[in-house]
Amino acid sequence: MKIHEYQAKGILKKYGVAVPRGEMATTREEAERTAGNLFSAGASGVVVKAQIHAGGRGKGGGVKIAKSVEEAVELAGKMLGMRLVTHQTGPEGRIVQRLLIEETLPIEKELYIGILVDREEGKPVFMASAAGGMEIEQVAAQNPQAILKEYIDPGMGLEPFQARKLAFQLGLKPQQVNQAVQFMTGLYKAFEDTDASLLEINPFITTTDGRLFALDAKINFDDNALFRHPDIRELRDVDEEDPLEVEASKYNLNYIKLDGNVGCMVNGAGLAMATMDIVKYAGGMPANFLDVGGGANAEQVTHAFEILLSDKSVKAVLINIFGGILRVDTLATGVVEAARKTNIQLPIVLRLEGTNVEEGREILKQSGLNFIVAETMKDAAEQVVAAANAA
Amino acid sequence: MAILVDKRTRVIVQGLTGREGTFHAKACAEYGTRIVGGVTPGKGGTTHEGWPIFNTVQEAVDKTDADASVIFVPPPFAADAIMEAADAEVELIVCITEGIPTLDMVRAWEFLQNRRSRLIGPNCPGIISPSKCKIGIMPGRIHKEGPVGIVSRSGTLTYEAVYQLTTRGIGQSTAIGIGGDPIIGTNFVDALELFNRDPQTEAVVMIGEIGGNAEESAAEYVKNHMRKPVVGFIAGQTAPPGRRMGHAGAIISGGKGTAVEKIKVMQAAGIKIATSPAAIGETLLSVLPAVAKA
Repeated sequence: MKIHEYQAKGILKKYGVAVPRGEMATTREEAERTAGNLFSAGASGVVVKAQIHAGGRGKGGGVKIAKSVEEAVELAGKMLGMRLVTHQTGPEGRIVQRLLIEETLPIEKELYIGILVDREEGKPVFMASAAGGMEIEQVAAQNPQAILKEYIDPGMGLEPFQARKLAFQLGLKPQQVNQAVQFMTGLYKAFEDTDASLLEINPFITTTDGRLFALDAKINFDDNALFRHPDIRELRDVDEEDPLEVEASKYNLNYIKLDGNVGCMVNGAGLAMATMDIVKYAGGMPANFLDVGGGANAEQVTHAFEILLSDKSVKAVLINIFGGILRVDTLATGVVEAARKTNIQLPIVLRLEGTNVEEGREILKQSGLNFIVAETMKDAAEQVVAAANAA
Repeated sequence: MAILVDKRTRVIVQGLTGREGTFHAKACAEYGTRIVGGVTPGKGGTTHEGWPIFNTVQEAVDKTDADASVIFVPPPFAADAIMEAADAEVELIVCITEGIPTLDMVRAWEFLQNRRSRLIGPNCPGIISPSKCKIGIMPGRIHKEGPVGIVSRSGTLTYEAVYQLTTRGIGQSTAIGIGGDPIIGTNFVDALELFNRDPQTEAVVMIGEIGGNAEESAAEYVKNHMRKPVVGFIAGQTAPPGRRMGHAGAIISGGKGTAVEKIKVMQAAGIKIATSPAAIGETLLSVLPAVAKA
């Protein structure tokens, strides 16, 4: 799960990590109040930052500096409601509904900090780089030695000596090192306590008067751990997600919308990806990734079906199920129920294999509905692509 | 031969009394697996479907002499279940549970480092040595005993590959689903090493997917050590970057972990790639030593 920058900074503050003073605003009035407060408190300027779940906001015009309250209000007025397009949003962009109004700071250096779980080492890794502000992937590709790494011993956390080591390697001044230790150990504690999957501070800055701040903050959370973080679940902003994906998540379905016209319903993530692949080989384009999961019941399959059908670009549906946990008769019952309930007119190609396959096929036959039953994946893909193209 | 599990393997089920645990324990027993008991804290001393239930894994191991455990415990408790099994020195732990928090697995993974146990999974279908032993949720009837080892990050895609082989008359020595999570016990290299040493295995099918670089490490191993032909498939050639494709570990992040990249490295290591998922069986047939086909 992703959250906004202002929410991430709210979490970091609780862990003693210094962030610029500021508030979230959803209207010009709120922006005016916050900017007014910041200027009265001595800020020399404020920055108006569009809050969307995507990077590259600055280049897209979603981060602007104002030297007065009036200017801040004017910027806020322009930004609220605007369609912000960045390299991460896709061409359709995102509508800006929230802003973060923050004090500007006299930046000396821009650095980078990132924390994630290293899959090879099987433990979290705390990364830092003096090349802040840039896309860290570019740094990693061009100059991997520029990324400093400290692995975290599970159950221990980032130890002060590790933070000190990083601080000195980053070239911080000796009098800044203790501040940096508090900053970094606070970040790691936040990562661990919230079950984050990624915590990124880019840039992490030093100011000309020697202070350290998280100028930007990004936290993604491990979806599998959200059950024990009701407070974090509250931070979800469904306006930032595809409406069909939001609907699918209510039923624990793994659904990702794509650009094609062949709707896919598959059990298992690997087979679902492979099904998308084979649709493409057959000359078609998948409209989605949809994994109905292991333990899906008839009701869940019905929901899955409804979600597929509410995507208007879908011209034909391919159901590819290889039963393990999911029994084929369960699936067939769900498909028949859903087809009746949604009064489906689209061609449906089914390819079913696995536990109780005979019973499943019998249910499909008895339904009296018009299903195309394919024997192999290749056959199914070819039939569904032909059906989608004919529509 | 086959690897890791055979007719002598004695299996306990952690979470036997739950719905999935019960269903699959019965299916495994029907297949011929020696299920010797179950563990459900608080239900010790009772029986379930004729199997004795124990409160702790240690007690179950002491009383039944089990050397393997399969875990159907819900995600919030599954990492703890893995550690409990490792603490009782169960040789092989197969964790089927999907949805374990990553930081829980970090702890469990660390716990396993200096212990005797091998973990398969989590978030996997398990392991099967056809006609000998099935520990997991795969449909047993599609398998056939034979010369091909299978190792895969996906569940149902493994069944697909097995099915393509069996319908072409090619059996399997052992099929292992290593799981779709970012942190797993047994990885591709571990499985390839075991298949390399196994006299029954004459060729290996390796099914990967986007995300991480386990396939790249496997390619390195194949290039330097593998004495048997390996066929590969990578799922997610059409997956968009930055999106988690169902499996927690299946994500292209920062331009890394793409199918194209993996396929290139695997081909360079001499692995023959099936470009379409429907071609896994045919591709394997093309590399299998003639003697094994008979």
